[in-house]
This record gives sequence, C-alpha cells and structure tokens, in this order.
Amino acid sequence: MKALSQRRRHPLAAVALLLMALLTTGGIYAAASTANEAQAQTTSFTANDVEEGSKLFTANCASCHGMGATGSDAAPSLVGVGAASVDFQVGTGRMPMQMDGPQAQVKPVQFTEEQTRQLAAYVASLGAGPAIPSDDVLDASEGDTAAGGELFRVNCAMCHNAAAAGGALTRGKYAPALDGTSAKHIYEAMVTGPQNMPVFNDANITPEDKQDIIAFLDTIGEQGSPGGADLGSLGPVSEGLFIWVAGLGVIIAFTVWLTSRSS
Amino acid sequence: MADASHGTPGTTIEFGSPNELVDEFENPGIPPHRPRLADRDPRAEKRAERQVALLFTISVIGTVLFFVGYFFIPLNDTIERLRLQNLTLGLGTAFAMLGIGVGIVHWAKTLMPDHEVTEDRHDIRPESDRQDAEQMVNDILEESGIKRRPLIRNTLLGAVLLAPLPAIAIFRDLGPLPGNVLKETLWDTGVRLTRDPSGTPIRASDVTIGSAFHVIPEGLNEVEDMLEEKAKAVVLLMRLDPNDLNPSPGREDWGYDGIVAYSKICTHVGCPVALYEQHTHHLLCPCHQSTFDVEQEAKVIFGPAARPLPQLPIEVDDEGYLVASSDFQEPVGPSFWERG
Repeated sequence: MKALSQRRRHPLAAVALLLMALLTTGGIYAAASTANEAQAQTTSFTANDVEEGSKLFTANCASCHGMGATGSDAAPSLVGVGAASVDFQVGTGRMPMQMDGPQAQVKPVQFTEEQTRQLAAYVASLGAGPAIPSDDVLDASEGDTAAGGELFRVNCAMCHNAAAAGGALTRGKYAPALDGTSAKHIYEAMVTGPQNMPVFNDANITPEDKQDIIAFLDTIGEQGSPGGADLGSLGPVSEGLFIWVAGLGVIIAFTVWLTSRSS
Repeated sequence: MADASHGTPGTTIEFGSPNELVDEFENPGIPPHRPRLADRDPRAEKRAERQVALLFTISVIGTVLFFVGYFFIPLNDTIERLRLQNLTLGLGTAFAMLGIGVGIVHWAKTLMPDHEVTEDRHDIRPESDRQDAEQMVNDILEESGIKRRPLIRNTLLGAVLLAPLPAIAIFRDLGPLPGNVLKETLWDTGVRLTRDPSGTPIRASDVTIGSAFHVIPEGLNEVEDMLEEKAKAVVLLMRLDPNDLNPSPGREDWGYDGIVAYSKICTHVGCPVALYEQHTHHLLCPCHQSTFDVEQEAKVIFGPAARPLPQLPIEVDDEGYLVASSDFQEPVGPSFWERG
C-alpha cells in the first residue's frame, strides 16, 4: 500500500487509473450483456404477459400511439405490426422515441428484456403480425455466406452499403450500419420493415435466405477488410479525404525537400 | 504620403527617386559558390556516400520483400493471409521505388557538383534564313511540275481521297449498329416477374404492403448476354396502399391492386435506383441523389434526372403470378442521341 501511495503523483498515475476504470466498466458491461443474451427467448406469451404489457403500454407508449394502440396524428397504429416489430423497436432502443425527427434514433434500451417481451405480447394480442423469430431460425452457423452475400448485394447493399456500413437516404433519413446488430434484430428488421425500410417477407426472402444473409453479415463483421484500414468503408468520401490530405502532404514535403539547399 | 507635392508636375526629379527611368539593370552575376558540408569535410562526404548507398540498399530490400510476399506467402481461405500479402507487396514496391528516388536526390544534393552554370540566349535567326527556306519550297513546287501537269495532280488527289475508305469498312466490322437494343428489353407480354437473383416467379399475394422486390424477367439467367440484358431489364416491384397511387389517364391498369413495377435504371446516368423508402414512397438514386416519387408515377422531385423512371405495365396471370403486360413503353435509362 505504501508503494502505491508513493506513486500516486506519478505522471502516468492518472492514465493508469483511467485505464483501470474503463476496463472495469467494460468488463461489467460485457458480462451484463452476455447475461441478457443468455436468457432464452420464448415466443409463447401468457395472459399475464399481455396484461403486464398492456399496463406498460398505457404508461409509456399510449401518449403517441393512442389508447389501445390504434394510432394518433403523432404515431401509427400498432394493430397487426406483430411482436417482432415491438421487439426490434424497443429492443434496439428506438422506441420510445426520444424526440421527433426524420427517423427514430438508436439509444440505450429503456426496458428490460422481460418488459420488452410483455410489450410485444400485448401488441401481438391486438392483431396477427410477424412473430419474434425462434433461435433455430437465427442460427447462422449453417448459413451459406456466398449466397447470403449475393442476396445482400441485390436487396440490402444499395441502402446499407456493400460493406454494411450504412448510408444516407433522403431528407435526413439514413440506413444504419449493421455492424454489431444481433441476428435477431436483423431478422426482425427484414420481416417488419422498420422506419422507411421496405418489408422483406418470407415470400420474398425465405427464412433460409435470411439465415444466409445473417451468416454473410457475421462473416464480414468478423474477418474485417481485405485491404487493411477500411476508413469506415465509406468509399470515395473518406478515401478521397485521406489521399488529399496525406498524399498531397507527402508530395508537398518532398517538393520542399527537393528545392531546399543542402547544408 | 508625407510630402503632398511629391510627383506633381513642375517638381524637380531628384536622383534616385522612383520616377527615374532605368534603361538596364546591372547584371548581378551568379551568387558566390557556397561549399557544402560534404565539400569541406571528408568525413561528411564519406557519411553522405554511405547514406546514399544505404538508401539504394533499402530499395533492394524492398524488391526482395515484394518477392518474399509474392512467392512465400501462400494464400489460403483466411483473409489475414491476403491482408499480409497485400501489405508486403505494397510496402515492398513502395520502398523499392522510394529508395531509388530518395537516394538519387540525396546523392545529387550532397555529392554531385553544385556549381551554377548559365547559358546565354541564342541570337535571333537572321531574316535571310527564312527567305532561304521559302525559296526551297518554291523550288520543289517548280521542279516537281505539279502546276504544269494537272493529270498527275488530279489522279493523286483522287488516290488520296479514296485511300481511307477501307478504314471505314474495317471499323464497321467492330460491330453492328446498336439498332433497337437500347429501346427493347427482355420484357414482353406474359413474361413473368421473377426474383433477383434466384429467378423464381412472384405471386401477387407474396407482395404485401410495404414490400420491395428486386425483379428480373423470367429466363434472364439463361440468356447468353445475361449481364447486358440485366442492365436494361431490372425492375423494382413495390406494393403501396392503392389510395396512395395517382395514375394518369391511360395508365390506371399498369399496376395491380397497389403493386407497381418501375425500371431500376436511373434516367440520369443509369445507376440502379433502388433506395426505396416505404413510408414516403420515395426512390433515391445513390449516385447523384435524384429522388423519384412513386406516388406520382416516379416523377423526379429532386436531383439531376430529367425524366421519370419508366413504368413496367403488369398484370396477374391465371395461376396468380405477376406478368408483364408489355415491354416498357419508352426506352429505359439515360438519354441517348437517337432516343427521340
């Protein structure tokens, strides 16, 4: 302890302390999120779930979506959007919406896994809609990444970017980057079409095709860019900025050196 | 401007004032030669020599590194190997080039003589030279007798004019004129709409409201020039609430119960327009942000595109599958000379 207190004024002490704090919070966070994922996702809801969900809905969502989720001027009706839609919107933190804007932003999730399930149960009870996908549908280990890549380039890449880095849409809307999105949320987004994303129902892209797409996204997320630094995979914007700054900088430096007098 | 009368007429111009005209600048000559460190100190000279040699050696090492990467990093299924090889190839060639370039410049700056040399401007050629040349041309014209012998002149003209004609025949063999290929696609009456890339047909009931299907004509994957045909025939199929659509007279039956199909080829420069927003019903082109409103027959509402996207008239066949009623009614894609 004495040795520690003697070194507390060392110039690197603050850095070491900060690093320690970051590692601790990161570790706890990682442990907590894996614990959340480990909970089994059941798609069968009990009457109690529906009732609890109804209470949560009235308290948190009804001000915009209306009593009984029939919609209002501010927000659409949720009758028939299905449990998958609720699980995606609430599970990614998009709902409840923090502020009005071109589209709902991702933010820290506001409800626990259990509360999200109850909300989903309530909305699913209002009308038939896409259900939360079961775990065996989401198992991407069997997926064909090459076929998934082809499907991704035809159906998704125009908005989400060929490397799934996201991209801009009209008037402030955007397609988000898919890096770090869970398989369940990717699947739910395809079947429900959140925000302005079109719906890709099972008749368009079959559940097996969806598995392939998820397997492809897993692969490109894991393996990284074949060319080294991808500069955000944004194409000519970031790459152009880099070459204009770094490339021209090197050329100017060489020009200065070439014309300088030797000592 | 301390002196208000400075430069006014009648003032005596003093020697050295800016108003005095200078006929000729005095030649300042070459600045004195300043010996460099390597010129004065033999140790510095030796050091510079070693530095240049080191830079050339770095170039050699770079080339060796390139070949090590090229031959001794076997590619397997992992992307790490590919990345490592890319790195060694890139660094190898960079150092191979940079070593030579930097070495030569360093050599020139430190060791090669740096005395400045001047070369005076040449005298202007005398007028007689020009007259000599003119005389020569006139002599040639006179001696060849081209003015006196019109037969030779005319046959020569004929030969020179005809000689390039074979070139036209050869260039013609490069390919047939485009003909109608820019105006026709694989779509025709009764051709089924199928999914891209699998080529499976689409039932009208599959297309729920809010859906977007990427569509190719049936049989596209079997045709010989598949990519050329695909580049013209790709279609985006969407289903809207039928109340949101506002078809103009004569086009009411081009869709089916809110299902509409539009060419995916932008009318600006031909990028695939497929960024579909299911609530605003806007189609955005990723290249130049042309925005088309599906509610108004894909009218351009923003951006450089000049024309709406061509609509593919569709209907449903006996088995419930979506089929085209006809080909596009206008050429798809950007403008071209003979488009009309």
